[in-house]
Amino acid sequence: MSDLYQAQRAMRTMRKAAMQRGVIAILDIGTSKIGCLVLQFDGTQPIADHEGVTSLAGQSGFRVIGSATTRSRGIEFGEIVSMPEAERAIRTALQAAQKLANIKVDHAIACFSGGAPRSYGLTGTAEVESQIVTEQDIAQVLSACDVPDYGHGREVLHAQPVNFILDHRTGLSDPRGQIGRELSTDMHMLTVDQKVIHDLAYCIKRCDLELAGVASASYVAGRSALVEDEQELGAACVDMGGGTTTVSVFLKKHMIFSETICMGGDHVTRDISMGLQIPFANAERMKTRNGGLFATGMDDRDMIETGGDTGDWERDRRAVSRTELIGIMRPRVEEILEEVRARLDAAGFDHLPSQQIVLTGGASQVPGMDGLATRFLGHQVRMGRPLRIHRLPQAYSGPSCSALVGLSLFAASPQDEWWDFETPAHRHGQHTFRRALRWFKDNW
Amino acid sequence: MWTLIKPKSAKHDPAPSRWSYRFMRIMLSPVLRRLVVYGIPAAIVTAGVVIYFADLDRRDMAKGVVIDAYRSVIERPEFMVNVMAINGASAALDADIREILPVDFPVSQFDIELDVLHGALMELDAVKQASVQIRTGGVLQVDVMERQPALIWRMGENLDILDASGAFIRAAVARTDYPNLPLIAGEGANMQTAKALELFVAAEPIADRVRGLVYVGERRWDVVLTQDQRILLPEHKPVQALERVLVLNQAQDLLERDLRVVDLRLPNRPTLRVGQASGDEILQSSQTAVE
Repeated sequence: MSDLYQAQRAMRTMRKAAMQRGVIAILDIGTSKIGCLVLQFDGTQPIADHEGVTSLAGQSGFRVIGSATTRSRGIEFGEIVSMPEAERAIRTALQAAQKLANIKVDHAIACFSGGAPRSYGLTGTAEVESQIVTEQDIAQVLSACDVPDYGHGREVLHAQPVNFILDHRTGLSDPRGQIGRELSTDMHMLTVDQKVIHDLAYCIKRCDLELAGVASASYVAGRSALVEDEQELGAACVDMGGGTTTVSVFLKKHMIFSETICMGGDHVTRDISMGLQIPFANAERMKTRNGGLFATGMDDRDMIETGGDTGDWERDRRAVSRTELIGIMRPRVEEILEEVRARLDAAGFDHLPSQQIVLTGGASQVPGMDGLATRFLGHQVRMGRPLRIHRLPQAYSGPSCSALVGLSLFAASPQDEWWDFETPAHRHGQHTFRRALRWFKDNW
Repeated sequence: MWTLIKPKSAKHDPAPSRWSYRFMRIMLSPVLRRLVVYGIPAAIVTAGVVIYFADLDRRDMAKGVVIDAYRSVIERPEFMVNVMAINGASAALDADIREILPVDFPVSQFDIELDVLHGALMELDAVKQASVQIRTGGVLQVDVMERQPALIWRMGENLDILDASGAFIRAAVARTDYPNLPLIAGEGANMQTAKALELFVAAEPIADRVRGLVYVGERRWDVVLTQDQRILLPEHKPVQALERVLVLNQAQDLLERDLRVVDLRLPNRPTLRVGQASGDEILQSSQTAVE
């Protein structure tokens, strides 16, 4: 736990340094594309306790000065599987974005969807030392949370206090300054495989940038695709990416559950590729140009040339009807949606006050997706697009860039995490000598 | 047989190499970029220019090119001055002006410095005022106001012709060349020409008798008349004194008599010096009167 504190704190410090410098790179490491934005902070921070939605949702403190996307390589299911390939892809995106921004960027914040994220709900209780709750008390109660054994080789990615309870009064978002005797908290913790983070950090370091923060793609997609009311009242964001579909549930403006399903748009493409025996690229093209989920009589007559590049140009002039294509695509999409339903049920989504479901991500753009999703997920389904942020190019305003935009919001105004609070005094003293020793070892 | 030609890689790799990426990042640092974009080209150009012009021949050649271009513009016929027109000068002065002005026609009007020409003109003694201008049609117009001779001043052997203000115009060879000019003499007389001219005006009734004025001791005037007569005028109000003499002359023909000097230096005690013969006669008659 102490290690985690150190690493996350170091990243927070670096993020502050980046804000000081004014520019930061935003990297969305996806399975099908790697997106990169360069943000410039012009010093005007959004008003901290601003309620309600302004035209830019309070996100006017920064603007996008560089942007690039590239086809990702060496990444499967949101995890890096081939380091050199992934590094090259990241480098391509970073170079293009920096060239466009015409500025050298030294810090990057990245998000990814892989690493088998697992959600934990933590509770902790502590006595309030003096009568009034101070920051020290919050740190105390946070450290009093009983951390489950999340397994070796995993690391905490997010740990956010969602709710505070002060003497049976629940639903406090900030108990500081209130009077009470017993403070308890509900915390949401998200763990991922350590290896994924390390791989990512290594790749970014190879690109001469410093990692100033990592986030879960499901979390950031939810932050940009859900409007403020949905985040407050309870909603699920389903980010249908290339290799993974992530589900995140928000309540009281905090993520309370996140899950990744290792199925996405690439699987649909692969099905088409295998079913029609055409190259993957052709299948992708066919899916994006002609894909759909509901067949009509018209689609029987809508013949699509497969362009199967088998080398036999005279003979291989196959064509499929759109109905056939839909017949291939639909079962896979249904499977994904069924999985989503199962995960939401497991998470107890039914018990939330509002059950809005927002579909976003590149794979959600299939025509007919909203209709099909309604059948699986209930009636409160809508298609989500990311929030507007200042100077975001038009090409990045589609649902496939939800995570990218959400990560920008995360970079500009992160929510409080566990490690943002001071370590409680008694923990501090325990390790002082050991920390001093380690500092000596590290530096000499 | 398998082809030995290396097959082209199936797809172009869009990723930059690590070094090119690093190079790009280095080039994005502002100082270095400014250095490369502006500094180094400027240095190269400067070095090239310096090396090229380090050679004297090339420097001369470049200078020649520049001067030729300049000449070709300023020596267009529109800018050439061919003639000098002089207004208001006598023939002698005209010749003098043409001699001294440092202009060789035809010349471009850009090469003529009017201030210098004006200065040169004003250095001529005979010129009172001058203006020099370039007129359309390539004419250098010189307008001169000449000094008018008013007096002739004898100073030892020299005869100088002065204008009314006493400024020197030219030297005279002989008095007889200028019979109409009144004559003055004496050290510093040229500084008092105004007074001298007043006296000459006052002496108009006896103009045929007046030979000239002598400035004595840089202080007062003597009127020198024919028949060796002199009128010694006081330092103050000499004109009134002269007029008194003239009145006396008119009344009693004073100057017709055998007088050498009419001395008015002390206004309260005018004195006459009579000629030798008349003096002896007066002396005798007074002696006989005594006897």
